Amino acid sequence: MELINKNRQKRKKLFSLFVSFLLISFLGLLGFFILKSLWLGTWTGEAQTCRTSGGFCFSFLREKWRYILFGSYPDSLLWRPILFIFSVILGIFFSFFRFFWKKALIFYYWIFLVLFSPLFLWGIGGEKVEISLWGGLPLTLFLSFVGIGLSYPLGIFLALMRRDGPFLLKYSSIFLIELVRGVPLISLLFMASVMAPFFFPTGMEINKTLRALGAIVIFSAAYMAEVIRGGLNAVTQGQREAAHSLGFGYWKMNFLIVLPQALKIVIPPTVNTAISLFKDTSLVIIIALLDLMSTAKLAVSDPLWLGMSFESYVFVALIYFAFSFSFSQLSKKVERSLS
Amino acid sequence: MFRTKKGQLLAQILWGLFLFTLFFFLLSNMFANFKVQQLSFGYSFLQEEAGFEIGDSLWSYSASDSYLKALWTGIGNTLKIAFIGNIGALILGLFLSICLLVPHKLLQFLSESFLQVIRNIPLLLQLFVWYALISELLPPIRQSWEFLPNVFLNKRGLYLPWFDGSLPVLKGLNFQGGAHLSPELLALCLGLIIYTSVFMAEIIKAGVLSVEKGQWEAGHSLGFSYAQTLRLIIFPQSLRVIIPPLTSQFMNLTKNSSLAVAIGYPDFVSIVNTSLNQTGRAVELIFLLMLTYLFLNLCISWIMNYFYRRVLKWNL
Repeated sequence: MELINKNRQKRKKLFSLFVSFLLISFLGLLGFFILKSLWLGTWTGEAQTCRTSGGFCFSFLREKWRYILFGSYPDSLLWRPILFIFSVILGIFFSFFRFFWKKALIFYYWIFLVLFSPLFLWGIGGEKVEISLWGGLPLTLFLSFVGIGLSYPLGIFLALMRRDGPFLLKYSSIFLIELVRGVPLISLLFMASVMAPFFFPTGMEINKTLRALGAIVIFSAAYMAEVIRGGLNAVTQGQREAAHSLGFGYWKMNFLIVLPQALKIVIPPTVNTAISLFKDTSLVIIIALLDLMSTAKLAVSDPLWLGMSFESYVFVALIYFAFSFSFSQLSKKVERSLS
Repeated sequence: MFRTKKGQLLAQILWGLFLFTLFFFLLSNMFANFKVQQLSFGYSFLQEEAGFEIGDSLWSYSASDSYLKALWTGIGNTLKIAFIGNIGALILGLFLSICLLVPHKLLQFLSESFLQVIRNIPLLLQLFVWYALISELLPPIRQSWEFLPNVFLNKRGLYLPWFDGSLPVLKGLNFQGGAHLSPELLALCLGLIIYTSVFMAEIIKAGVLSVEKGQWEAGHSLGFSYAQTLRLIIFPQSLRVIIPPLTSQFMNLTKNSSLAVAIGYPDFVSIVNTSLNQTGRAVELIFLLMLTYLFLNLCISWIMNYFYRRVLKWNL
């Protein structure tokens, strides 16, 4: 028995060494390729120099970053989207400190980013910029922030209806939630882009971006409702009884006692849903909106800079990664502090 | 929600009235718009000739076939991707979860970083990257890369021998015989499998960790090795925790297969899109699209519920 164990130990060690060796050589190879493409990279120069050098083409990004980031937003008013992006980053930064976990942060996110920022991009009290001109990162952030922000209250309402609503309301809510969760987001976006105009009164037109936003709001509300329902079920019955014994009615009980606890419990899954929604806004490329994903793809199709897709994709992948990763770290932090 | 029975009834009546008026309003708008554009509601157009080719189909299809057959072909392609993707993602997810669980610091660190990279980048972007890699990095057809005997990889996709014994042979400008996976299909499958497997790996890891520590010790005291304990003792017990979230991942993959339209693979959504552009029958076709995906998801949940009930029986 002793001998077998020793042999096993030896084999285990050998195998572990072998795996380490494989992984280190893989890492070395990866590092080598990255360093090589950076070393051979072109910082200044035309597309032709890029193609011959065989490295990462930074001059493509120097040429195209403005279009990829901001789409066709007018040059003279570029400070608006820059300020918007900056305020989003600031909001994420603040959220990392427990010191700021107060009502003011909710206010900042909700009033400022969700309600005010679209008006600001559109140009309230100044030169108007049509929504169809918005593009790039501001559009992606607009769709995801406003989409999530508007879907959250709707999700709460749907979850409450699904849990305690009388027959007709309950089944309407279940129908909506299950329908939306059962179909891909693309079908909802198609619905918004080609089918919805049929259902508006003749002659009425709503901007395509806003229609897509509507689809995103409904889509994310269904997922939010399921997350929030989990939170509602996690609040113990005793809390509800306590509220009843204080003489609270249904709405007072929910808004003062149950929901504050329920929403707090489900902050991590809510953030996860928000992250996946943020990534999913990239699907609007299929209905030809110019979000970050589409501008990256369009920048590549410039005949002068053909074959630079890798550079473009890496650039936007880094942006998506930065936002999404920081949100997921935030969710982890909240989760740790809740437990 | 409402203090009295009367209140409940009133709310329901009001909501019912609201729904009814909304429905009526939307329908009347639709018919008014149809009248303006001289359209009519109905599915009779499905019998008309489609007139477009489909690059990849499970059964024979030509441009002179009807829209109905084109849509069927699309559903077939969607099912094909869902099938390959779900099985591939499950296998890769299992492998990744083992990488996460094995007590090897470097391996854990690397697989954890891989997870973070994949899960924080939109699937659509990953599909574009795979497609660009396939169409830019792979060799042209004449210099195909034969990395296994009779399996060829080039810009036009993957050529491999098929079960009926036919081998791919280079004839003129193209391969003949064997099976062919187009670059779009390859990119789509790679992207879907890798993206979903990452989420599956997390689920499987959480499931395995949810099994009591005593079970590991019991396995070791029976003289089982690490792998044997994992396979024979831990895994069967963790299935109870794993299956419900895994089901939703299977559904996600099936729904995400609709992204095929973005890289030009003729799946159901892409064929609906083409037919829609040709006929202008937006309402009918999108209705069909949603019903189909609902039905597919329902099937997945039926199948998985069947497994889940069986697993619950073992565990008791």
